[in-house]
Amino acid sequence: MASGVKPRVKAPKTAAAGETVTIKTLISHKMESGQRKNKDGSAIPRSIINRFTCEFNGQSVIDIKMEPAISTNPYFEFEAVVPEAGDFKFTWYDDDGSVYEDMKSVAIA
Amino acid sequence: MTKQTSTKALLALTLAGGALWGAAAQADEDAQLVINGEIEIVTKAPLPAHMEEANMDAIYSGWLFRADETQQTQMDDFDNPGMIFVDQGMDQWNAVDGSEGKSCASCHEDVETSMKGVRAEYPKWNDNAEEVRTLVMQINDCRTEQMGAEPYGYTSGKMANMEALISLQSRGMPVDVAIDGPAESMWAQGKELYYTRTGQLDLSCASCHEENYGNMIRADHLSQGQINGFPVYRLKNTKLNTAHARFKGCVRDTRAETFKPGSPEFVALELYVASRGNGLSVEAPSVRN
Repeated sequence: MASGVKPRVKAPKTAAAGETVTIKTLISHKMESGQRKNKDGSAIPRSIINRFTCEFNGQSVIDIKMEPAISTNPYFEFEAVVPEAGDFKFTWYDDDGSVYEDMKSVAIA
Repeated sequence: MTKQTSTKALLALTLAGGALWGAAAQADEDAQLVINGEIEIVTKAPLPAHMEEANMDAIYSGWLFRADETQQTQMDDFDNPGMIFVDQGMDQWNAVDGSEGKSCASCHEDVETSMKGVRAEYPKWNDNAEEVRTLVMQINDCRTEQMGAEPYGYTSGKMANMEALISLQSRGMPVDVAIDGPAESMWAQGKELYYTRTGQLDLSCASCHEENYGNMIRADHLSQGQINGFPVYRLKNTKLNTAHARFKGCVRDTRAETFKPGSPEFVALELYVASRGNGLSVEAPSVRN
């Protein structure tokens, strides 16, 4: 079980209809690759976030499959078009089955 | 990668006859550090009075010596990975620990007001204890004496988190470490350590950070070794690093037996090195490579 996991999202609170906005996301996670060994020489079990998705009003914006080579505290920055007021929903999937979620609402200015 | 502007700056300096920055220098001396578009950081300041004999023209933050990408990472708190650890420090601040049933917040309440300006003055003479205390020593004194809790390891992750949280409240304020009065003898001891060559490589702090800042030591771009940005998030180990851990690393790199983090020698050195940054802004948590 990964500890100290905390999702963070930076998204604008308002946008013009049809505007392209930049969204930044970061989740604190150690992203243990499974290829390192501890002092006894035994492998440290893999523990990573393996998938990250973003949806806007139920429609997929981005869906990322993540691999062990991705470094600690994965950060994603991407753009999304905001056609109407609504909610961005962000979801991170952990190897251990945990699911971390965050939500950001965008109003039309 | 050399920036056009840095070439210009270098040329200007060379023409002025003050070619302190080596030919390999990458730093853009004119770069401005503004965090979140509002906090202006002083990254270049006149020499503090006690450094008049030093072979330097001004004091520079380590930020000026880093690559564009690394510099930018520090300019927005969302991009700054050090802020993750500040968040963790905030959790620790509010967490009850120890036999007295207290958290930091029980006495100090809101960290944003109670800890404002604290970092800028440390290390600092403590009248009651009659010793020079680093911020780390003060945090652990609170933990053991007021909270009845176990002290944090001197360079541990939890200590770095707490230092970062407290230091953040002074970000943008000028470093202002007192070197006179009762702290003077320890300051003098720190100064002597700074200029004493150690190890198989026979290097003092000054060998690199005073006589050769701006030059390359193999692939590393030497800074002035300022500690106004500590604890610092380093890209190489993806965590916060404390000043004493860095001192230890530097002394080890001279191939000497190092002092222990928290030892009187390193406390003296921290006091002296901090005073070399008097006038720069507190930058913690900064981002370096």
